[in-house]
Amino acid sequence: MYNLIGAGLIVIGGGIGLGQIGGKAMEGIARQPEAAGKIQTAMIIIGALLEGLAFGALILGQG
Amino acid sequence: MDQLLNDFSPGLFFMQAIILLILILLMRKFAWKPILDSLNDREAGIQDALDAADKARKELQNLRSDNERIFNEARTERDNMLKEARELKESMINDAKAEAQAEAEKIVAKAQETIASEKKAAIADLKSQVAGLSVEIAEKVVRKELTSKENQMELVESMLGDVTLN
Amino acid sequence: MKVFHKTLKYSVVLLLTLSSSIAFAGGGGDNHDKKGNPIDTKEEINAYIKHHLQDSHDFTFYTNGETGTHYGFPLPVILWDEGLKMFMSSKFHHGETVAEADGNYYKLYHGKIYRTDAEGTINYDEHHHPTNVKPLDFSITKSVVGMLLAGLLMILGFSALARGYKKGPIPTGFSRVLEPLVIYVRDEIARPNIGEKKYRKFMSFLLTVFFFIWIANLLGLTPLGFNITGQIAVTVCLALFTAVIYLTNGSKDFWAHTLWMPGVPVILRPILAIIELVGFVLIKPFSLLVRLFANITAGHFVVMSLIALMITMKDAFGAVGSTGMSLVLSLFITLIELLVAFLQAFIFTMLSSLFIGMAVEEHDHH
Repeated sequence: MYNLIGAGLIVIGGGIGLGQIGGKAMEGIARQPEAAGKIQTAMIIIGALLEGLAFGALILGQG
Repeated sequence: MDQLLNDFSPGLFFMQAIILLILILLMRKFAWKPILDSLNDREAGIQDALDAADKARKELQNLRSDNERIFNEARTERDNMLKEARELKESMINDAKAEAQAEAEKIVAKAQETIASEKKAAIADLKSQVAGLSVEIAEKVVRKELTSKENQMELVESMLGDVTLN
Repeated sequence: MKVFHKTLKYSVVLLLTLSSSIAFAGGGGDNHDKKGNPIDTKEEINAYIKHHLQDSHDFTFYTNGETGTHYGFPLPVILWDEGLKMFMSSKFHHGETVAEADGNYYKLYHGKIYRTDAEGTINYDEHHHPTNVKPLDFSITKSVVGMLLAGLLMILGFSALARGYKKGPIPTGFSRVLEPLVIYVRDEIARPNIGEKKYRKFMSFLLTVFFFIWIANLLGLTPLGFNITGQIAVTVCLALFTAVIYLTNGSKDFWAHTLWMPGVPVILRPILAIIELVGFVLIKPFSLLVRLFANITAGHFVVMSLIALMITMKDAFGAVGSTGMSLVLSLFITLIELLVAFLQAFIFTMLSSLFIGMAVEEHDHH
């Protein structure tokens, strides 16, 4: 039960983070469409790092 | 975490390590090395070709500008030569004109001088002739006076008629 | 051309989804109940999915729920238990009987092999974990078969590409598809992250890992039922390779900056050194392995759950409604999984090259 709540919290946090990354990346692309490729790559990397964090927490929490 | 540790199979880990290692070595030998080498070669080839084309274009441009330069030089040279020739011609004409002028002037001056001296000589000659004539006439007149007055006059008249100023 | 490609892609996905749904609907696996009914309760479906996510010692394409017959083929079991023991997994009869090899008895329990007595008794502790001895299991399991298949595909495809270069500088046929991928890994992943001077040394590893993960992920989407990159042991191994590579290739500057960070008060330096070391030795490989494992596991779980909607929602929506719903949803998710299959391979390679780049970088002294 508690670890399900923890998982929910992790998902909320991760969701907020991913939303921020995605939103800012979109803004950046809209502002500078010619840099879209670079922004996308950076966005994916940061997203992956965040994802790793969230998954790590999920797995540690599911113990 | 417990679940994961329980799921972790050391045997599978070992097999994966072996397979991955062998795969990396095999792929390096048979695929990645030749592929990357050929890609590099190809890219180097393309770069070389591009460079060569660039160089050829530059050379062509140099050649063209050289040609233009030479052409321009030739044209200016020709222009210069024409100009020089024209100047030479003009100066020759001018010189000739001036010389001719001077010669003519000289001739005129000489002629005038000659005329003047001839005139002088003629006048002197005339003077001497007139003096001779006068003396002659006077002699004849003096000789005839002895006969008559009329004769004398007649004589003078005829004498004068004979005399020309030349 | 683009439209054609799209149609092709969609039809491939449709085919995959359809066939995996059929395989799922038909296959009871090891978890069909003894009365011979096909699985239809939530618990059975959960157990089935869990069973799929685990490695298995045989290849089952289809199980007839009525008669309990499995269609597929057994795989060799290789055990190290005070000596090498080899036998075919058919001896287990899908976990129903005890296998005997050189006087030792083994039993398959939830995909793991335990040493038991002749009756196959398994003792449990208070958490319901078996306490029997687990011999070292080097079997050619389903995942190992998948890895070998992926490796074989890679060797075939890329050695064809390599041979193609001997005939001319432009590859033909399928190699034309592979070449841009190799160039992509080189120019978009390795070069910008590791640096122009040093990337060459790591290309073999990065390319192999990229294509291995990608092909393994894609194999997981076929109805063959592989789950290679969803095995924690596999991702641990991949991450460990990356870690070993960047730790052994670390430049002097890297170690200097990690262990004795310049420009920071001396008291803080040991603390920073510990943080950095833990980061490089534990956290970075851990996040690498967990990301891949969790993404693929979650992907398989979601796809299978959506396919299972066909069964669980049958009462609520009727046979046609539930089938249609599960088809549409699993089609959609399978499309996303196709993207994830590439994305995870990309991210793993990208982060690996990023870490390698951090390690080999030579800083300008400021």
